[in-house]
Amino acid sequence: MKRNGRTVLIALEIATPFVLVTLYALWAAPRDSFFFPPLGEILAALRADWFGERILSDIWPSIRRILLGFSLSAILAVGLGFALGLSRRARIATAPLVEFFRALPPPALLPLTILVLGVGDVAKVLLIALVCLFPILQNTIAGITGIDPTLRETARMYGITRRGELLHVVLPGALPAIFAGLRTSLSLAVIMMVISEFVAASNGIGFGIWQAKRLFDIPLMWSGIIILGILGYILNMALLQIESRVLAWHRGARKAAE
Amino acid sequence: MLAVEQLGRDFGAVRAIAEISVTFEPDRFTCIVGPSGCGKTTLLKCISGLLPPSRGRVTLHGRPVTRPPREMALVFQDYSRSLFPWMTVRDNVAFPLRKRRDLDAAALRELVEESLAAVGLSDAIGRYPWQLSGGMQQRTAIARAIAYQPEILLMDEPFASVDAQTRADLEDLILAIRRRYSMTVVFVTHDIDESVYLGDRVVVLGPPPTQVKEVLEVGLPAERDQITTKKDPEFLRLRSHVFANIMNREEQG
Amino acid sequence: MMEDRAKTPTRFLLGATVPESALPWLGTLAAIALVDLAVRIGMLPAAFFPPPSVMFVTLGALLGTASFWHGLWDTLWTWAASLGAAAVLGIALGVGMGASRYLYASLRLVVEFLRPIPSVALIPAVILVIGVDFGSKIFLAAFAAFWPILIQTIYGMHDVEPQAMDTARAYGMPGRDRLLRVALPSASPYVGTGIRIGSAVALIIVVTMEIVVGIPGLGELILQARQGANVERTYALILAAGLLGMSLNLGFARLEARLLFWHPSHRKDTR
Ligand SMILES: Nc1ncnc2c1ncn2[C@@H]1O[C@H](COP(=O)(O)OP(=O)(O)OP(=O)(O)O)[C@@H](O)[C@H]1O
Ligand SMILES: [Mg+2]
Repeated sequence: MKRNGRTVLIALEIATPFVLVTLYALWAAPRDSFFFPPLGEILAALRADWFGERILSDIWPSIRRILLGFSLSAILAVGLGFALGLSRRARIATAPLVEFFRALPPPALLPLTILVLGVGDVAKVLLIALVCLFPILQNTIAGITGIDPTLRETARMYGITRRGELLHVVLPGALPAIFAGLRTSLSLAVIMMVISEFVAASNGIGFGIWQAKRLFDIPLMWSGIIILGILGYILNMALLQIESRVLAWHRGARKAAE
Repeated sequence: MLAVEQLGRDFGAVRAIAEISVTFEPDRFTCIVGPSGCGKTTLLKCISGLLPPSRGRVTLHGRPVTRPPREMALVFQDYSRSLFPWMTVRDNVAFPLRKRRDLDAAALRELVEESLAAVGLSDAIGRYPWQLSGGMQQRTAIARAIAYQPEILLMDEPFASVDAQTRADLEDLILAIRRRYSMTVVFVTHDIDESVYLGDRVVVLGPPPTQVKEVLEVGLPAERDQITTKKDPEFLRLRSHVFANIMNREEQG
Repeated sequence: MMEDRAKTPTRFLLGATVPESALPWLGTLAAIALVDLAVRIGMLPAAFFPPPSVMFVTLGALLGTASFWHGLWDTLWTWAASLGAAAVLGIALGVGMGASRYLYASLRLVVEFLRPIPSVALIPAVILVIGVDFGSKIFLAAFAAFWPILIQTIYGMHDVEPQAMDTARAYGMPGRDRLLRVALPSASPYVGTGIRIGSAVALIIVVTMEIVVGIPGLGELILQARQGANVERTYALILAAGLLGMSLNLGFARLEARLLFWHPSHRKDTR
């Protein structure tokens, strides 16, 4: 009985996506709708274009922009977060500024970077870095202030140096919160990459999709959207993988606390 | 020798400790009892140099204590908050030893394993704190303190949150450790029986603003036993004496 | 206590007499003054960085124009409409998926695959299919805000204390009441989190559509200011967008604290 239930659940889980895709294929094929082309055409564009020469000419530049901007902001934000997290008065003094930049809708900064930095790769990378900075910064600060004071007192009691305390007590203690910030920022990085490529670029996935839309190459446009979905999925998975490696202790501790 | 000289501590307008003077002779086991909130943790933190006193001072071998000295180790009241959850039991114990120049890798390893063996945790060496029971976690914290090889061991209600059976075991463990490694022990508790059972001397604190109410020498034989010692007429006399003292004080306040 | 050490250097810098409550004001003013100074002495190029004081003056002047208020209103109502739609749909489906194992199993993979698609990727498709108007802005913002609300609602439903459900069952509460009276209230802190995230996401998409596609709103004003190479105006409008985001966040935090007063994280008396 129970076994049966589980089989049904697993079957449902696997079958539903297939059913949905099949339904689309059946629905779109005879209709020959301009905006919703048959599945076959989308897949053909996916294979011929995106998995063809566009891997190097468009997909790679996009990935590079994301990775550069994201890592740049991660380094800056964690460093700055340490400075602010460790000094109560500095933290209080800068709280409104951090709050402001965290609340600012990131796309609003796009016109600004175009104005100041132009439309080159540097401008895109810096825009991504700027946008990703604040969620990580805010989470790092929260992570550091959230560390149990007893842990830091323990380190002081046993004569741990300031450096040792930062490296082995404060950093690991703040890491779960830092990763939460990284996850938020990674999806922002993808968003900023896409819209900056929509608005002004000569290559990239966003550029490819926008160009396809302008030329009314609808299958190419949809397949580009699928590529972005896959890219978002892979980036997210990669970060989760790293996180589960680094934070194995945290998962265990949380489970034990339940 | 460790001396607390006219020590006082305020938190804002709250006078947690009015004035306390007490000295701790080498190799003696002193228990400090007092009602909850009377400033026992505050006193230990001042002694250990974690918290600067508002008045008076703490001296160790004649020098004022301004930050945690190498000679002291402190076992915190709440074990679950003083162990690093991202370190295994081994790393938690070894962490304070990482800057010890006099220990090579093998000696360090031996010291850690010996300390864990002393508290009966050899099997749990590779586990994380959150995989252990409360009593095991507190024993890890104790092993960390022993491995640090302090002259003075400060303990803040270390057994307050374990069950009665574990508590009795841990009390005997502390007595055994104390016999094995000669150390000055300052043991804070709010349990009167425990203070008389463990200590060579009991310092009774009153309610805030806190002062020393009484200092009692415990005239029990050095060998203690959960059953016979607790039936000893001297034990019974001392515990009712302390009890009456604390009750009496609270009635007046 | 832990802070004793950390306090000393800043205290030295700012003087021991500065009370903590004044620090946020002082810090903000100091930052503004510093950038202002840097621009005025030529450390930052004035062509790209107007002095902050000028930004505020420009913003003040903008507040007197009808076009600014039109833009703000267009941003606000489309944001509210999309968040409302996302909340209704997200909570409904989330409760369904939280309550029924079969629905959960059927849709889990679909959700897993659809969620990471950056919603901005759909902008070209949406404007082709729906057109360049408020409808496409609201649709996409609602689509984007839907996911966090859905996910948080499911989390919340799965996190309901089994004990609370058992108690309700033991007292003979019918299934519908168990859902409405027990499951939903205990899931509500999660739903609150979902709506808070959804609100930020909806605002991002609304502004993106305004800037990228040129649909009326605050973002379109920024776009126009940039195209007109009006640097001060661009900065002033970005400042306004940030202040808008901040007030929305604050509003939600207040609302949550009021509605979820019973939840431990909002109780006043917790140490
Ligand atoms: N960091 C602090 N800030 C303000 N007040 C404090 C602080 N630490 C302790 N106090 C106050 O000082 C008094 C003594 O606290 P302390 O923790 O030393 O008591 P205790 O004897 O250890 O109590 P318990 O037996 O419950 O552990 C209490 O009134 C407490 O509220
Ligand atoms: Mg205490």
